[in-house]
Amino acid sequence: MSVLSVRDLQVSYKTQAGPIPAVRGVSLDIDPGEVLGLAGESGCGKSTVVNAILRLLPAGTTVSGEVLLNGEDVLSMKPGRLRAVRWTGASVVFQGAMHAMNPVQRIGDQLAEAIVLHGQAGEKEALVRVGNLLEQVGMPPRRLRDYPHELSGGQKQRVMIAMALACSPSLVIADEPTTALDVMVQAQVLTLLNKLQRELGLAMLFITHDLSVLVEVCDRLAIMYAGRIVEEGPSTPVFETPAHPYTEALAAAFPAIGDQRFRRAPSGLGGDPPQPESVPEGCSFHPRCPLAFDECPTIVPELYEAGEARRAACLLVPKREAVAP
Amino acid sequence: MTETAPGDAPVLEVRGLHVSFEGRVGLGAGMAGKKATRSRAVDGVDLTLLRGEVLALAGESGCGKTTLARTIMGLERPKQGEIRFEGEKLGTSAKILREYRRRVQIVFQDPTAALNPRQTIYESVAEGLRIHGITNQDGLTEEKLVARALARSGLRPPERFFLVYPHELSGGQRQRVVIAGALVLEPEIIVADEPVSSLDASVRGEILKLLLGLRDDFGIAMLVVTHDLGLAWTIADRVAVMYLGRIVEIGPAEDVLTKPLHPYTKALLEVVPEAGGLSRPILSGEAPDPTHIPEGCRFHPRCPEIVSSAAANAGVEARCRGEDLALIELRPGHFAACHLAAARRDDVVPSTST
Amino acid sequence: MYRKNTMGMIGLITLILFVAVAVFAPLIAPREGLEATCPCNGTPFSPPSWGFPFGTDNFGRSVFTLTVWGTRISLLVGLLATAISMLIGSVIGIVAGYYGRWPESVLMRLTDWFLVIPFLPLAIVLASVLGRSLTVIIFVIGVTTWPSTARIIRAQVLSVKTRPYVERSRALGSSSWHLTTRHILPNVAPLIFANTILTVAIAILSEATLAFLGLGDPLSISWGTILQFAFGAGAAGAGQWWWLIPPGLAIVMVVLAFTLCGFALDEILNPKLRER
Repeated sequence: MSVLSVRDLQVSYKTQAGPIPAVRGVSLDIDPGEVLGLAGESGCGKSTVVNAILRLLPAGTTVSGEVLLNGEDVLSMKPGRLRAVRWTGASVVFQGAMHAMNPVQRIGDQLAEAIVLHGQAGEKEALVRVGNLLEQVGMPPRRLRDYPHELSGGQKQRVMIAMALACSPSLVIADEPTTALDVMVQAQVLTLLNKLQRELGLAMLFITHDLSVLVEVCDRLAIMYAGRIVEEGPSTPVFETPAHPYTEALAAAFPAIGDQRFRRAPSGLGGDPPQPESVPEGCSFHPRCPLAFDECPTIVPELYEAGEARRAACLLVPKREAVAP
Repeated sequence: MTETAPGDAPVLEVRGLHVSFEGRVGLGAGMAGKKATRSRAVDGVDLTLLRGEVLALAGESGCGKTTLARTIMGLERPKQGEIRFEGEKLGTSAKILREYRRRVQIVFQDPTAALNPRQTIYESVAEGLRIHGITNQDGLTEEKLVARALARSGLRPPERFFLVYPHELSGGQRQRVVIAGALVLEPEIIVADEPVSSLDASVRGEILKLLLGLRDDFGIAMLVVTHDLGLAWTIADRVAVMYLGRIVEIGPAEDVLTKPLHPYTKALLEVVPEAGGLSRPILSGEAPDPTHIPEGCRFHPRCPEIVSSAAANAGVEARCRGEDLALIELRPGHFAACHLAAARRDDVVPSTST
Repeated sequence: MYRKNTMGMIGLITLILFVAVAVFAPLIAPREGLEATCPCNGTPFSPPSWGFPFGTDNFGRSVFTLTVWGTRISLLVGLLATAISMLIGSVIGIVAGYYGRWPESVLMRLTDWFLVIPFLPLAIVLASVLGRSLTVIIFVIGVTTWPSTARIIRAQVLSVKTRPYVERSRALGSSSWHLTTRHILPNVAPLIFANTILTVAIAILSEATLAFLGLGDPLSISWGTILQFAFGAGAAGAGQWWWLIPPGLAIVMVVLAFTLCGFALDEILNPKLRER
């Protein structure tokens, strides 16, 4: 049974100008112990998907579809059950997590709070578990007495990871966890996440705009554009031989050093990623697509089979498959 | 802007630049003898920028690259050292400084913050012209100059953007406006501080193409500050890697990025994410801050060559711990400040120019 | 955007009404009604009636006439005092925030000094030394309210000063004057404006307080002086509510109106306060 199973998720925000769809039918599955990467730029809806999974969206948002966490539908849970599931079923390492800590509380207490709130242990036992958690993330247990300002950026991020693991969830969602970090610290954090994921058998949903990071860390990738998934499949094939033109453009923004093809040859797309208020008709990528043809503005492509366990939402895919030997 | 070929003559020279920031000490603590912490953000930098060249200044946060760029722009005052623009020393006359301000322009990291939200695009671009009192150049009026700059930045037709406000544009377009604001003064040098890091990934390539195009068409030299070595690979002619206020390696981009000499550069390249499995970070911990610069080679406390005893085996470990060093030319045009790398070369040629 | 803000609109309309009353006072109530010896006056201490909608005071003067004409002085004093206060406060705040280092230290210490001057004792001292007049009141209010403005403006200037577009202008080679007038001032102006509105409310209330305590010009009629006479004549004890309520209510309504406008402006200017 999948740890997370999202079926046709649709989310619309309420605004003064009327409802705006931010997520337009997203489906994905994560098996136990699997790491799925969700990539996309601003306005694609990936953060909305994350918030929808744990029902952290603002009031007034319309949500439809199914979000099954370990078989239970999160969207129809009663508030009591939802509170219990948040953090024990799935937890989140947020973006800008370094600012998510209470500056006047010791980190040990903040970590213990999560454990005690979920009734998993009394206060004394919670602190012992906190010590173990800190060790797991590579920090000496005595640091639980420190305040957030006494930690460096990388250390704070480790504490946030510890916090996400505090209640032994089956799914950890990492929302841009390394975006604000230096490359060296980023590598340390990624190595840590990788180690923990394998040791604890965690399922992970890793969200970022940095495709090169995802390829390193994830088993499978899903690329989002304008509220929909436009390509998905095993990470290295998707990155190296993309089936969707957008994936190809996104991958080209992270050139491999040493590859002469990228030397003095930056490649990008004209235009900008569409904001949810103004998504183009038909294939939402067609205005920026170098391979667009006359049918593209009229048909919304579905996810077509594009190889081994791979799918892409591009009208060229069925044409290619038809011609392939 | 001149039509000379790149690499003729240095358009900017920096010698022995030191920039430091004093921490604050309260009145009481000061009287009790407590000294303010001094952060040596730029701790002795020599740099030459050739006409029409693209030089990438790379490093992690705290290495001093942004402070160096800002000092070159005149936004920070150096404690020591000199800056020469086209051979003339800055700081000797107000006239030279004013000329300098016109011919060296800056492109900031965040295009949204770099534009006054209450000014139209026209006003933002024309500001430079107005400050320098330029009403007519090459026979063109201010309006035509603004239109030309916008068009060169890829915003066409330019007139459509005159009365628009920044919040009506996308991130990529805003950055083009900032670039147009720099171009309108026909600079010799553009200093770009992380020019694309706050833009969406798919948009970055176009802005980088624009910057390269400006160098190709107008011979503008560029100093690009970035933490992204992939970006340096894409557009730079030369790369300078900074650590704790000093340049530790500098040379042609191909050499520095594919055949690095300094252990820090090697470590940075090792952790650039790429397909095919997780890269293992060689360095542990984080860079010390500029208030506590180590003795000897400033990188030695974290250097993998000391940890692996490679330095000891080569007999240089004592020097790494105790002897500070400048950049040494280890290959033609390729310099590194590393005792081990120097020892591994048969003939060491210390050089005075970088 | 302002129009959509209900509270702000209520405040604005109220203000417009009061200003209209002040401007058109001669058309609404006869000026002679302010004289104690006017033949138009009625029986002293009489409650509201058709001829005297707010009743009469100790001289038989129509309280309605008094309140209407009092609007002029109250608003005038409030506005003038605020003008002085905002002028001093803004200039000091901008200069301190922009130049930093020792000018900032000196100006801020000066501001702190004025900040702690107690309002009432200063008023009493000045009134006894310089005599009781409107000028003294305006001066006292102006001098005691500028410090808080200066601090707010300075904080905003500090924040605007470091924004990249200001640095870009500096990098382009602009002079301090250019930076201040073209970049800093336009971005500080909305805050100055919102602060002005709130300061007027404070000024009007202060004037009423000082006048009530007998420090105002005894010859001018403002809401504060009406209350002063009323209390002096024992209106509270005698149950002459018609004499006390109109001026008191007028003060409350004007102050409330200014405050609502100020809050509405604050919401508009500070996007974080706006509801989604």
